Amino acid sequence: MSKMLSSYKFRKFKNIFFFFLCLICVIIAIIPLASIVIEVVAKGAPVLSINFLTADGLHNGVGPAIQGTLILIGLTSLIGVPIGILSGVYLSEYGNNKYASIMRTISDILTEFPSIVIGITAYTIIVIGVTRSFSPLAGAIALSFMMIPIVARTTEESLKLVPNSVREASLALGIHKWRTTLQIVIPAGRSGLITGTLLGVARIAGETAPILLTILGSSYFFEGLNRPMDALPLRIFLNSRYPSHELQAEAWGAALVLILMVLSINIIVRIASRNKLKG
Amino acid sequence: MSNNEKMQTINLNAFFGQKQALKDVNLNIRANAVTAIIGPSGCGKSTLIRCLNRMHELVPNAKMAGQVLLDGENIYDKQIDSVQIRRRVGMVFQKPNPFPTMSIYDNVAAGLRLTGAKKGRNLDEVVRQSLERATLWDEVKDDLKKSGTSISGGQQQRLCIARAIALQPEVILMDEPCSALDPIATARIEKLVVELKNSYTVIIVTHNMQQASRVSDYTAFMYLGSLIEFGATEDIFESPKNPLTEKYLSGEFG
Repeated sequence: MSKMLSSYKFRKFKNIFFFFLCLICVIIAIIPLASIVIEVVAKGAPVLSINFLTADGLHNGVGPAIQGTLILIGLTSLIGVPIGILSGVYLSEYGNNKYASIMRTISDILTEFPSIVIGITAYTIIVIGVTRSFSPLAGAIALSFMMIPIVARTTEESLKLVPNSVREASLALGIHKWRTTLQIVIPAGRSGLITGTLLGVARIAGETAPILLTILGSSYFFEGLNRPMDALPLRIFLNSRYPSHELQAEAWGAALVLILMVLSINIIVRIASRNKLKG
Repeated sequence: MSNNEKMQTINLNAFFGQKQALKDVNLNIRANAVTAIIGPSGCGKSTLIRCLNRMHELVPNAKMAGQVLLDGENIYDKQIDSVQIRRRVGMVFQKPNPFPTMSIYDNVAAGLRLTGAKKGRNLDEVVRQSLERATLWDEVKDDLKKSGTSISGGQQQRLCIARAIALQPEVILMDEPCSALDPIATARIEKLVVELKNSYTVIIVTHNMQQASRVSDYTAFMYLGSLIEFGATEDIFESPKNPLTEKYLSGEFG
């Protein structure tokens, strides 16, 4: 009897021990993340002002960087989202063959690809070969290489979650496959598509290496698709290297702006795309 | 072939990869009648009706051979578009599958909107009529904007029937439409099936023999991919000719 009791106590102890082990790991995982956020807010918030957000680089502002990041996100999404989503649709709806599985592997490798390599490739091919100047266009193309596989794979995964019975219901009504995909399957997997796109946007908004080699950075507001441009990650990188407290403070400010920007894009898109259907 | 035959299968064989699911099935489906297809699990009931609206070919590795006639015309003819066939031969599935992102109204209207068959028809009117015929109108008329998946399982299944009726098909195929429903919802669907035959030709797959005897005019018994016996429901249930049918009906296997 006492033996049974002691083994019960031991099991109970193991149970609690395991629970605390998990809890401690969660806390350890959160500490660096939380400390980054706290550090960025503490050091970045004092710098924020109307002038900081709107003035150009010659007047202690990051206006060009904010504008540049928005332009980059816009241009990259313009290229990356349609291609990414349509590739994902292909992989999910037509991807029952060996070409699709090759594409899937390539796309997975590309998702993990070192971004500096994508940057130097875009630099060699587009900056030197095509636009002959550092340009937002080259930056957007480089970033879309990173965005497409992310969007494609999340699109594929979320469309695969749409039950096959929904597709069959539509096809059995005599609705063509392309219309079924476009108007039944994609709306059903919509939240996943939006998550994928936002994941892509968040990823490219903070990327530094590819744009360092393609848009270079600038103190001026947007001057054209074939002129160098500024962006927030670039501003953070460049400013933080100067031995000037003022410029380093600006880098912290730019970091805070970047985080807030990604966060607000996320919130706005989620609110705008909420399902309006009742209950 | 008499004029009364809406559909006919001639030496119909179906395969999934190497596995043969249907073996030389020859079946005549009478117009404006309910034909039940019964048999144990895996005997090819579902495969058979999925051959009747060309849904079978959507399964990877699925093949078929033989003919299926609709009004005397082979639906597997090279010139015939499978999409057109599916508009004439509607289908209701085992599990209710309303479109999850659409309202009740849009679910019923979806077929008309997305096939371009809307022309010249008043959508509100079609939706109301279809829901009335599916005996769902009174329960949902104030909630047409609610999600199609927000109603009960039995209601969802009637919604799926309304969705199929809205396109005014000639034949309605039902693949065990009550297997996911409770007895009350089942009774309502069965009543509806009997009413539907006034306007449509109905083919219903069921593993429930009592259901087949309650709703159908003709019954086909299938076993291991072959059509064992076919005839008027009364005859099949009261005096089956094939000993296998008798064994199945008396519950000896299946």
